[in-house]
Order: sequence, then structure tokens, then C-alpha cells
Amino acid sequence: MSKLVQVKNVFKSFGDIHAVNGVSLDIQEGQFYSLLGPSGCGKTTLLRLIAGFEKPTSGQVFIDNTSMDNIEPNLRPTNMVFQNYAIFPHLNVEENVAYGLRNKSEKKSDQNKLVDEALELVGLSGLNKRSANALSGGQKQRVALARALILKPKVLLLDEPLSALDKKLREQMQSELRHLQRAVGITFILVTHDQYEALTMSDRVAVMFDGKVAQEASPRDLYELPNSQKVASFIGEMTFIKGEIVGENKNLQVQSEIFGKITIDKSRVFGQSSKKMVLGIRPEKIAIVPKTSRSKDLISGKIIDVSYFGETTNYKVSCGTIETLTISSQNSVGQLSYSVGEEIQLKADMNNIIAFSV
Amino acid sequence: MMFLLSFWTQDYLILDKTFTLNNYIEAFTQPVYQLLFSRSLYISLTVTFFTVLLAYPMAYFISFYGGNRKALWLFLITIPFWTSYLLRMFLWKVILGYNGVLNSFLLWLEMITEPLTFILYNSNAVIIALTHGWAPFAILPIFVSLEKIDRSLLEASRDLGDGPIKQFFRVILPLSMPGVVGAALIIFIPTVGDYITPKLVGGTDGLMIANMIQVQFSKANNAPLAAALSVSSLVIVAFISIVFVLINKKHLRRY
Repeated sequence: MSKLVQVKNVFKSFGDIHAVNGVSLDIQEGQFYSLLGPSGCGKTTLLRLIAGFEKPTSGQVFIDNTSMDNIEPNLRPTNMVFQNYAIFPHLNVEENVAYGLRNKSEKKSDQNKLVDEALELVGLSGLNKRSANALSGGQKQRVALARALILKPKVLLLDEPLSALDKKLREQMQSELRHLQRAVGITFILVTHDQYEALTMSDRVAVMFDGKVAQEASPRDLYELPNSQKVASFIGEMTFIKGEIVGENKNLQVQSEIFGKITIDKSRVFGQSSKKMVLGIRPEKIAIVPKTSRSKDLISGKIIDVSYFGETTNYKVSCGTIETLTISSQNSVGQLSYSVGEEIQLKADMNNIIAFSV
Repeated sequence: MMFLLSFWTQDYLILDKTFTLNNYIEAFTQPVYQLLFSRSLYISLTVTFFTVLLAYPMAYFISFYGGNRKALWLFLITIPFWTSYLLRMFLWKVILGYNGVLNSFLLWLEMITEPLTFILYNSNAVIIALTHGWAPFAILPIFVSLEKIDRSLLEASRDLGDGPIKQFFRVILPLSMPGVVGAALIIFIPTVGDYITPKLVGGTDGLMIANMIQVQFSKANNAPLAAALSVSSLVIVAFISIVFVLINKKHLRRY
């Protein structure tokens, strides 16, 4: 695998607004890469810089070891699926899909064959002559995909392509996109604000805040080992507890009211500037155990809030301190349900606690 | 009333109300009327062509490069309307005349040795004056249709390999055709029947059908013939407009 797209210390400002504020990324060939972040974090601008619709204020973009400095979008080895799909309303499905091909020198009969293949790939066979305005959102999405993929770009850029679809269709398209990417082997760069979309689809995710990359990792590492409180709370939920360092050798000993004195491996410590630390734990790493269990590191508490989500239930538990724990419990076979006010016992998986600097 | 009138006959002071097609036969067979009809069509089609040709770049500029000053640009375009149409047409006499601004300027530049005469009191003068007078009306519909084009379509066309020129002919022009058709109709329909411009700057070689209708109604005292000429020109304009819309049906249908 080689580095296909390299973003080198790129800045982009619009007047006083620094949309992209010093980003460097290496994207490997054949990867499904996601840029994840809240709206206004600069992820779309970064994608548009790669596509060539914006010019960096400083820094460089390389594709296939070639600087893209003075290369116009129409000459870049990239194609884009736009957020609103940008299907040409005056052309039918076939003409839309063939749009880019018409700029190439191949014979028209060969091009028509490619169009049919592309339509089959995205599951729109037989809709060749359908007017663009008669398409549903999902179909427009597929036309946009076919139109970009037919040109066999080195990089396919997807700008929040699924955000306009309803939940069911979105989930279906997520898995289809993933399969499509594996089938065609083209590098995909996806911009999304949906953390679950990024986690389920990508090989690698870059989380962006305020024009900067906060963390770049595989989906699993991103969830299990977020490197800051901000990333941790953006990707799923996390409970934060104040703690203080009481000892340090190969590992770190941290004292906190709820967990007591615990040992945290150095690989799970992010930033260490003072004695004060913040401990984080994911809601599903805490289990509710029967009241009859006896073990030394059990935490007892009282349920103060219950949110039912179908397959899981979230409990907020007060443990006699200012802080509350959030627990996510799978509603699987045999799982008891609890109600507000009940006294329960908890067992936290101490190996999954992460320590952040304050 | 006018329609009925066109089937009657004027007999000095009395109006003969027996049904006759003679007025129409005269309107379509007399060389003078044929000439006036064809000149009117020639002038207004030429005016339409040049107006749209001139208005398109202006509308394009305002829409794509107007930034946040679009309203100001549109406002500036309306400035000619602050004076009366008559006055504006009259001023073309001052500009195009034998001793007019244009000739004096060209003489001063020594680009010509004697004043140009083909620019006033003929069809050319009417075309120039009408094109100027109607341009703002063409800019607006074209501007609106350009504004309606989703900018991401332009990016998509670049992304799919179009350079700026291809992009214009493959995306911008087809998507702005409704505005162009609208502008063309707005210019063509009223200019065919324009009366004041040829009267002021057309001399005798630039007269149009409306001038003849006016003469027939007043001096010649032949209201039925004038009515027949009016109805004929109405039918011709309607026919050409419909043909024009049908030709562009492809572009208009999809919105």
C-alpha cells in the first residue's frame, strides 16, 4: 500500500474564518477514509481542497505524488459525489452517467456499454431514459455514484452523501457503499458528521474540530482509545469522573471517589500536566450486578434516570457524590430492568478506563 | 370590434357593413404592405437577436460575478427608465445624426473623412435604438434563470472534466434557455408593432407596419384596412412566437 493522497500542512481561510487550520494527512491507496466532525469543523472544505474547488491559503495537496497546486478540478484524478447529488436536471439518467465520458475519446458504443455496466453496478439497470427529475433521493444518489465511478478516478470524494436519506435507506446505502468500495478498489474519502456512519464504513477515520485533526485512527481505536475528552464525547458517550494521581511507576495510580484507587496502563493515559486527571469510561463497560454479589470493587448507587432505546436501556446512577455514572445495558435475554429510585450494585471494567489531562 | 371592422369597407364617410375579405387580400398582396410586414419582422427579429446577445453577458456577469452587489447592478440597469422612452429615442437622433455625437467623434479621431449616413433614418437606426431601449427587459429574465442554476451543478461539470467553455455550453446555456426564450418573446412581440421608434429615427426607409396602420386609421381614413393590417400582424406575431416556443420546448419542458 502506498500513500495516494497526501495533505501537507494545509491552511484555508475565508476572510477571518480559518476553515482548515494546519491539516496533514496521509491516505493510503484503496482505503475507505472518513473525515468526521461537527458542522463547521472544516471537513467539507478539506474535501473541496482535495477536489480542487478551493485553493489552499498555504500548504499542499499531493495525489499520487503529484502536487495539485495548479491543477484545475477537471484535470484532477478525483471525482466527487455531491451532498445534494448535483444531478443535471436537463439530462436523463444515461446522459448524466455518461457526462464525464463524453469528454474522453473512446468510441460512443464503448461508452454506452460502460454506462450500462455502471448502472448495473449501482442497481439502476433499465432506467437509462428516465428523466433526472423523476428520480427519488436514493436513485439520485446512485446516479451520482455511477457518474463518478464510471470515470475510474483514483480517489472518489463523497460529501455527506447519505445525510439526505431516511434512516432505513441510509443504513442500506452504508453497507452498499462499503461493498462497492471493496468491489471497485478505489480509494474513497467520505465526509460525514455521523459518527456511526464513520465507524461502520471506514478503514480509517480522522476526527476534526475547528479546522484541525484531533485524532486519526482506525474506528476501533477511535472508540476504545480516544485521545481527548472532546473526541471521546463526540464518538459515542462517555462518563467523566475527576481523579488525582497518587502514584506513578510503569503505570499510573489514580484515586477517585467512585472508583477508589485504580491502576491505569500508560497507553491509556492522554496528556499529563498536573496531579489532577479526568477518568473516562464508556457506558457499556459498566454492568449492573445482582445485589447478592460480593466483591471488593463493587460500586453501589441509586438510579436517578432511565432512558429506554429498544435494544438498550441507559441508566443514570448517583453514587453518593456530585458525579453520576451513565450505564448502558443490553436488553438481552434474562436482563432485568430497573426503575428510578432503585438501589443497585455496579461493576466497572477498570481495564477500560482512560485517563485524560484536565 | 377591430376584428369586425376588418371585414367591412370604408366608403368615404359611410362604413359599409357587408362582409368582405378584400381588406385582407389587399394587406397580403399589395407590395407596400408586404414590404412593411417583412421589414417589421426583419427589424424586430434582428433586435431580438442582438438584445439577447448583449443582455446575456450582462446577466451572466451580474449573476456570477455580482457578489453581494447584485442588487446594485440591477438597480443601475434600471437607470435608463428614469427618463421617458420618447426622450431616449430622441437622443439617438443626437447621437447618430449627420452632425451628431458619433460622427463628430469619429471625424475628430480621423477614422472617417465624411459623416456616416447609413446610421440614421433607416432600418439600422431603428435596430440600434430598439436594441438599446429593450435590453434591460432581456437582462432580467436571463438573470433570473442564471440565478436559479444550482452552483453545485457547475462544480459537478468541472469535476467530470469540463473546461469553462464546455461547461457553458453543456450546463449553463441549456439551463438558462427558459430565460433566453422568455427574453426573446418579451422583445420580439412588442418590437414588431413598435410605432414611435421608426417614426423618430427610421426616416422613410425605416418605417414599420405600425406606422402604416396609424396612417390608415388617421390620414388615409381607411379604418377597415388598418384593422385588417393589425389583425394580420397579430396573427403573424402569434404564429412566430408559437413556433419559437415549440422549437425550445425541449428546454422548457423539464422545469
